[in-house]
Amino acid sequence: MSDVSLTVNGKRVSGSAEDRTLLVHFLREHLGLTGTHVGCDTSQCGACVVHVDGRAVKSCTMLAVQASGSTIVTIEGLADGAELHPVQAAFKEHHGLQCGFCTPGMIMTATDMIARHPEGLDEATVRAELEGNICRCTGYHNIVKAILAASQAMAKGSKGKAKQAA
Amino acid sequence: MGIEGVGARVARKEDKRFITGGGRYVDDMVVPGMKHAVFVRSPHAHAQIKKIDVKKAQGMPGVVGVLTGKELKADGIGNLICGWMIHSKDGTPMKMGAWSPLAVDKVRYVGDAVVIVVADTKGQARDAAEAVEITYKELKAVVDATKAIQPGAPQIHAESDNNLIFDWEIGDAKATDAAIKSAAHVTRMKIVNNRLVPNAMEPRAALGHYDKAEDHYTCWTTSQNPHVSRLVMSAFYNVAPENKLRVIAPDVGGGFGSKIYIYPEEIVCLWASKKTGVPVKWVADRTESFLADAHGRDHVSMVEMAFDKDNRITGLKVDTIANLGAYMSLFSSCVPTYLYATLLSGQYNIPAIHANVRTVYTNTAPVDAYRGAGRPEATYLLERTMETAARELGVSPAELRRKNFITSFPHQTPVIMNYDAGDYNASLDAAMKAADYAGFANRKADAAKRGKLRGIGMSCYIEACGIAPSAAVGSLGAGVGLWESAEVRVNAVGTIEVLTGSHSHGQGHETTFAQVVNQRFGVPIDSVSIVHGDTDKVQMGMGTYGSRSGAVGLSALVKALDKVEAKAKKIAAHLLEADEGDIVIENGEVKVAGTDKNLPWFQVALAAYTAHNLPAGMEPGLKETAFYDPSNFTFPAGCYICEVEIDPETGTTEIVQFVAADDFGNIINPMIVEGQVHGGIAQGVGQALLEGAHYDGNGQLLTASYMDYTMPRADDLPSFKVSTSNTPCPGNPLGIKGCGEAGAIGSPPAVINAITDALGVGDIAMPASPSTVWSAIRAKKH
Repeated sequence: MSDVSLTVNGKRVSGSAEDRTLLVHFLREHLGLTGTHVGCDTSQCGACVVHVDGRAVKSCTMLAVQASGSTIVTIEGLADGAELHPVQAAFKEHHGLQCGFCTPGMIMTATDMIARHPEGLDEATVRAELEGNICRCTGYHNIVKAILAASQAMAKGSKGKAKQAA
Repeated sequence: MGIEGVGARVARKEDKRFITGGGRYVDDMVVPGMKHAVFVRSPHAHAQIKKIDVKKAQGMPGVVGVLTGKELKADGIGNLICGWMIHSKDGTPMKMGAWSPLAVDKVRYVGDAVVIVVADTKGQARDAAEAVEITYKELKAVVDATKAIQPGAPQIHAESDNNLIFDWEIGDAKATDAAIKSAAHVTRMKIVNNRLVPNAMEPRAALGHYDKAEDHYTCWTTSQNPHVSRLVMSAFYNVAPENKLRVIAPDVGGGFGSKIYIYPEEIVCLWASKKTGVPVKWVADRTESFLADAHGRDHVSMVEMAFDKDNRITGLKVDTIANLGAYMSLFSSCVPTYLYATLLSGQYNIPAIHANVRTVYTNTAPVDAYRGAGRPEATYLLERTMETAARELGVSPAELRRKNFITSFPHQTPVIMNYDAGDYNASLDAAMKAADYAGFANRKADAAKRGKLRGIGMSCYIEACGIAPSAAVGSLGAGVGLWESAEVRVNAVGTIEVLTGSHSHGQGHETTFAQVVNQRFGVPIDSVSIVHGDTDKVQMGMGTYGSRSGAVGLSALVKALDKVEAKAKKIAAHLLEADEGDIVIENGEVKVAGTDKNLPWFQVALAAYTAHNLPAGMEPGLKETAFYDPSNFTFPAGCYICEVEIDPETGTTEIVQFVAADDFGNIINPMIVEGQVHGGIAQGVGQALLEGAHYDGNGQLLTASYMDYTMPRADDLPSFKVSTSNTPCPGNPLGIKGCGEAGAIGSPPAVINAITDALGVGDIAMPASPSTVWSAIRAKKH
């Protein structure tokens, strides 16, 4: 057993877990954050993507004890209170989800992708960078549309804020 | 159409919980005292179980119970069954081999469940599972259905000689043979439909909870039809009487058919909960899903299509061998028969059809309905044959199809189906226009300059949905009726709950069902809640599969709304002192037509519940239930066009455009319908280019993870051009046909027709992976 201390969605949490406990299982079973999902055994599907210290990480590829000391954001911590994150809002507006199982991982990946591309995104880039997330329902069509729309909305939003600051 | 009514592109109500991490799937459920289960599965495709020693496992840390099939049988738990009786052409019933939820003396495929281990944690259960010692005597295995029916093949079930389950036929053999004999041209093909794994993203799971004090069971399960699950577990598997068994299918992460069936795991978890005295949760690993979820397709067919001198089809003869795997899954027998051979007329006038279907046991996972279920197999066979015929006859594929289209309705085919409405020229025209079919030659020439091989292919599909008229399917062998139910509860404040036997696992029912209510009463969709997936809440229902929730589930809702409306009008007429016939309900108001007399909707509801002033003799309350039994199947149809570019150096196929023109009849929410088409096309393209379940000769599944089984990913697919035309279905009140499976049905032949066009070859196997395509290019050169 090992002690695990994390900051998750802005709150400091700690617990004790078997050494073999994966981060995803620690989040789901110890912290009750069941929005992060397990869809495969081989780190292929991406349903478990969370942000670890600001980077998108498949939480099934990391032991909980390895993550100790990190700051983690899960799907439950993405919205700003009642206000949806622009990526969440875009997934809803553009029907970027059906059964919802891959959705948390998709949204966390997309948020990271948009942050890494401040110059903006095109369809080919979005499709290439979604390589690590599998969806069986949507054929990706509306996921791609939602990510492109969110990227544009966030660029406009940040320009607006820059203007306000100026 | 209001902004939230029928036909409106309304954003989904259910999305909020899914995009914020608030979805509630079976694996998210926690019950006090809950323990975790792991199944010990057979590593052999075919073996006798000589000995099971659980002693060591029982002593492992955290272990609560290690249970075997012998104990399960001793407690009277029944064998799994196939719920659709098919008789062979000699009149004998299908040969259903015994399928114990935990294997007792023999295992028949890799993944067959043998022992359940229950422990405090999943890790402990896994450790203990590895300590279970099972001695097997290996037997020879067979995985290929065409080999399994040869003399001398290993016999998998005592009940079936030569592994033949049934040898069934439909249509007129004599007339078809005569048409082929006198034909001006006959196109002959061998058509192989590759085996697929459905792969819903949420792995299957079950949580069984036996409450000793109440002598009552609760089962949370990843099911597309919890009511049927309860019925079957109660009536056939002896788990518990129906009134002592509650089945809940909460949020379910995709199904595509694979979650229709009642599998061994949920039965065993319920039984193990009573046996161990603790709630027992099992969640499949992805590899377990590959091994033990029902697979799809796996047909090998010979086809002969006869034409007269004017290129009109005069006859179609089909001989199919369908691999049903090691056991007969719940609806496995109807897939290669009544969901397949009855669609072999396609969109065409074919005077004579005959199909023979042999279903066969093999040492592979059971095969059952997967998105489309029989109809993709029929469409692939027909549309590959039409394409080949057009090339052999030297006519354009579009014109050959057009010439043979059915153009007047209703149309009785020679294979049971009576098509009620359609306009096949409209969807072909729409698809060709959207694809700029006329400009293809230029694009091909341009691609050639870049060293690429460009091809175009089309597919005109028809399918039968809205399953199904209960008496009709009963006469064909179904063990259940295929109606649907709905209950509409208007609350005293005018808000509404709809309880439906349909089940949403991605289809968006919480939105579309509310839109239908909004259309009727003007109540905002946020004031309409859709309740489904819990046998304690909802009256009996038949669930969601076969694109039936719109055509059947919503029709039941309409019937219940009719009753509510009639009663509401009576109450309003009484309160407004008007004639009942003059009452109209518009935009949330109940009005006397042509006057300014009106009541807000909620006041009518309130009056129903205060019951202070109701018409004489009327019961209080405003709640109605309806059961709807369809009068016919529905017949969605359409045309898909795929254009590919192939790199001859690598064999890589890029889909450069994909066009879908569908006729789904009337549409409740176009956004949701488009989403269904997108997802279906992705699965169909997956079948054509990427996916295939491969067993080696010993029955080991070589493609049992996402490292080996190629799921379509975002960069394998283009954005799709989709559109719809509309010939409303005359058979149901909303004129709906169904849209859930079309994409997966129509797309595989369009892709393969495009690839064979690009390569200039007669056929290519699915999946047309880069190595397969590259080999075909090499073979053609040499």
